Amino acid sequence: MAGSRMQLELSRVVQGRSRLGVLKGLGRTGQHSLEIPGCLLYTHFGTVPHLTQDTLHTLISLPSVTQITLSHIAEHQEVLEEFKDGFRKFAGLHDTVLYCSLHDPATPSPTGYTTTKTVSVWGSGGRIELTVAKFMALQKTVQPDWYQSMYDGETWQNSASRKRVRKSVDRTLAHLDECLLVHQKSKELEGVEVFGVVEGGDILEERVRSARETAKRPVAGFCLDGLQTGSMDQTLRTQLITAMIKELPEDKPRLLHGVGRPDEVLACVEAGVDLFESIFPFLATERGCALSFGFDISTDPERAGRAPPAVLELNEEKETAGESQQNGDLNRHDQTQMTPFEMNLKEKRYQDDFRPLVEGCGCYCCKNHQRAYLHHLLVTNELLAGVLLMIHNTAHYHGFFGALREALATDKLDVLKKRVLGDGGLQTERKE
Amino acid sequence: MCLLQSADQPAYVCGLGYTLIVSQRRWNPVKQATTEQTCYVSFYFRVISLIAVAGDNNKTSLMTMIEPVCTVSTPVFMPVGTQGTLKGITVDQLEDLGCQICLGNTYHLGMRPGPDLIEKANGLHGFMNWKRNLLTDSGGFQMVSLVELSEVTEEGVKFRSPYDCKEILLSPEKSISIQNSLGSDIMMQLDDVVSSTVTGPRVEEAMHRSVRWLDRCIAANKNRDKQNLFAIIQGGLNAELRKACLDEMTKRDVPGFAIGGLSGGEEKDDFWRMVTLSTDHLPREKPRYLMGVGYAVDLVVCVALGCDMFDCVFPTRTARFGSALVPWGTLQVKHKQYAKDFKPIDPDCQCPTCKKHSRAYLHALFKSDTAAMHHITIHNIAYQLTLMRSVRESIVEGRFPQFIRTFMKRLFPSGDQYPSWAVDALASVNVTLD
Ligand SMILES: [Zn+2]
Ligand SMILES: [Zn+2]
Ligand SMILES: [Zn+2]
Repeated sequence: MAGSRMQLELSRVVQGRSRLGVLKGLGRTGQHSLEIPGCLLYTHFGTVPHLTQDTLHTLISLPSVTQITLSHIAEHQEVLEEFKDGFRKFAGLHDTVLYCSLHDPATPSPTGYTTTKTVSVWGSGGRIELTVAKFMALQKTVQPDWYQSMYDGETWQNSASRKRVRKSVDRTLAHLDECLLVHQKSKELEGVEVFGVVEGGDILEERVRSARETAKRPVAGFCLDGLQTGSMDQTLRTQLITAMIKELPEDKPRLLHGVGRPDEVLACVEAGVDLFESIFPFLATERGCALSFGFDISTDPERAGRAPPAVLELNEEKETAGESQQNGDLNRHDQTQMTPFEMNLKEKRYQDDFRPLVEGCGCYCCKNHQRAYLHHLLVTNELLAGVLLMIHNTAHYHGFFGALREALATDKLDVLKKRVLGDGGLQTERKE
Repeated sequence: MCLLQSADQPAYVCGLGYTLIVSQRRWNPVKQATTEQTCYVSFYFRVISLIAVAGDNNKTSLMTMIEPVCTVSTPVFMPVGTQGTLKGITVDQLEDLGCQICLGNTYHLGMRPGPDLIEKANGLHGFMNWKRNLLTDSGGFQMVSLVELSEVTEEGVKFRSPYDCKEILLSPEKSISIQNSLGSDIMMQLDDVVSSTVTGPRVEEAMHRSVRWLDRCIAANKNRDKQNLFAIIQGGLNAELRKACLDEMTKRDVPGFAIGGLSGGEEKDDFWRMVTLSTDHLPREKPRYLMGVGYAVDLVVCVALGCDMFDCVFPTRTARFGSALVPWGTLQVKHKQYAKDFKPIDPDCQCPTCKKHSRAYLHALFKSDTAAMHHITIHNIAYQLTLMRSVRESIVEGRFPQFIRTFMKRLFPSGDQYPSWAVDALASVNVTLD
C-alpha cells in the first residue's frame, strides 16, 4: 500500500487506556486532522439527516470526518461511475474527509444474507449483494479518503453460535486480504486508507484472534464491530474491548461501531476506544428528543451540586414520570429507546416552557427557539422539528466530546463522569 | 388607520430578549405608470430600533442600530407557514432568501398551540422567532374547506373541533381576537366564504354578510396601532355583486383590501375579469392582496392587472414531491431522467440549492433523507421571490411589459401555447405578447 499518511499522535494516555491525541494526515493531501477521543459526522448519503449545508454550518467546530455508508450509496453506483469525480464532489461536499463504511449504523440490517463470498446492504430499492470485486469497484467510484474493509458482521446477536462466530472472523479476514490485494493494485485508491474490521461476537478468544490477525495486515486502523448498543451490556463490552485492544498496536486508531450513548462512550473510552460514530444525536432526533445531559466540567466543583441546570433538571425529570423504569435495564433495550440523556419534547409539560432546550447552549436552535415552539412543531408533525433537534443534538453531542477531551487533558474524567451520569442517578438505575 | 399616518408615536414592543421601537408604519406608494392600468410599487415601513439585547450570555451582541428592517417591497409573494413554520426551513434561511413577509394560518394556530400560548410567547413573531412581517388569515376559509360539518350563520362559522369534537363558533370578533393574540402585522377580516363555483342567492348573502362582518371586525380590533386589518372583497363571479361589495367596503377606512372568493376552480376567464374589476375600483394608495394565487403566470398577469400581494401553498407543497419551479415550467427531480443529470435544477438560479447541488444528487438524496425536500422548498421559495423581485425591478425601470413578454416566451416557447385568458387579460392593460 502506498505509504500510510494517517498518523496518530497521542498526547496522553490516562490510566493506561484512555487516549487523548490527534489523528493527523487525513485526506488525500493529508491536510486534515481529527482529535481523539472524537466522533465522525453521521450522514445519509453525504447529508447530515434533515440538514442542508446552510443549517449544518450554523454549527461551529464540526468533525473533520464525514461518514458515508455503502447501504445508501451502492444503488447509485452507476450514477457515480458516470459522474467520475467521486462522491465528495457529487454530494457537493468539500473540505471534509470521507470515511466510507458498509452499513448504516442507525438501521440494523437483517441477518441471514451473508455467504462466504458476499455481504449484503439494504438501500431504498432493497438488498444489494456485494462481492469483494463489487465492493472494491464501489470504493473506486466513491473515492473516499478512508474506508472500512468488507466484513461479515452478522454475529452481534447473542444467539450466534461459536461456529458461526468463528466463521465470521475467518470470512472477515479473508475479505480483508482480498480487499487489500485489489487495493494495492489500484491506482484510483492510492493514498486511501483501509480499516480492518475486528469481529468475534461475544466470544473472547475469537475477539482476540480477530484482533491479532487483523493487526498483522497493513491497515491504517481498526473498526471494532458487533458490540453495538442492544447487543450486550457494558461490562461484557468493556471486557471484549480490553481483550482486543491488547492485540492492537498503540499507534493506530480504534473506531467503535454502533455505540453512542454517553455513558457507554465514556466506558469505551476508558477501555481504549478512540473514535465513535455520531448516530446517537440522530436517533434522539428521530424520537423527538433533545439531548440535555450535563457535561460542563469547567464549573466550580463547590457549586456543582446545584449549578448546571441541565444536569439538575435531568435528575428532576428522572424522578418524575417513572422514567427510571423505562430506561432501567440497559441490556434489554435497543438503540431506538429513549435514554436518560435526553428530554422528550412531545411531553405536555413543555407546551408552555419558554426556555431554550438547554440553558447556555450556543446552537442555532437554542439561541433562537424555545421548548414550547419545539413541542408545537413535534405535535403538529412539522419538518422543522427534525431540523432544529438535529442542530441542537449534534451541537450538544460534539460539545460532549469536546468536554471529554478536556477532561482527559486536565485529569477531570471523574468530574465529567459524575456530570454525565447525573451524580449517581444512572448508577442507581443500573442496579435494578 | 395607522398605515396612513405618517408619524405614529413610538410604541414599545417587548420581543424575545430585545426591545423594539416601532416608530413608523405606513404605506408609501410610488406610482409608476407602465401600462394603461397603473402598476405601482408600495413600501411598507416599519422602522425598528434594536436598543438592547438582554440575557447575560449575549453581552457581545449588545448594540444599537436604527434601520428599517421590515420593509415589504411589493408586488410581493408571501410564502405560507401554516403552523408557524415553513416546511422545514429555518427563519434565518427564509430571511436569507429575502422573504419580507410570510403567512400564518389562524385556524391552525388557534387550535394548536392556541392564542393564549402564542400571546404569552410575545405573539407569533416571538413564538416562531420571525422578526419580519406576518400576515394572518381569518381562519374562515380553512374552516369551511377543512372541517366537514361547518355551519355559517349571521353570528359566525360554527364547527366541531377535529381535536376534541367540541362545538366552536368562529365569529368576526373571535377571529380578530385570535389574530390580536397572534400579533400579526396584517390581519384579515372574517368573511363569508363561498366557493367560486357556487351561484345564486347564496353568493349575494355571503357578500352582504362579509360587509357586515367587516364592520364587526373593525370594531373588534384591539390593536389598531400595530395590526392592520384588511377587508376582503367578495361577490363570487357576479360583476354586479362584486361591484356592490367594492362600493361598500371602500367606504370603510381599512389599510388594505384583499380580493377573495377566487382561485377556487373557476374558469380563468372569469377569474381575471373579477380581478381586474376589483382593482379598477380599489383605491390606488392602498395595497391589494389577491388571495390564494401563486402560479407564476397568474402572478405576472395579476400584477399587470394591479395586484400587489399574493400567497399560495403550492410552491412549498409541491416541493415535497420533488417538483422544482423553473422559468420553463417545473422539473420533477424524482423522475428517472435526472438520475444522471449533473446540472443544477436551474443553472441561472442563485439559491443555495442550485449553487451546491446537482439534479442527480437531489434525485438520489430523495431516497435517503428528508433534507432533499428542504432543498427543493428553498429553491421554490427562491424562485417565487426572485420572480417578484424581477417584476419589481422591471416596473421601477419602466420595462414591465417587455419583462412580461420575455417571461411568457420562456414559459411557452411556441407562442400558440399561450393560455388565452392570459393573452386577453394582458391585452386589457395594453400588453401584447410576441
Ligand atoms: Zn428534515
Ligand atoms: Zn442547543
Ligand atoms: Zn435554485
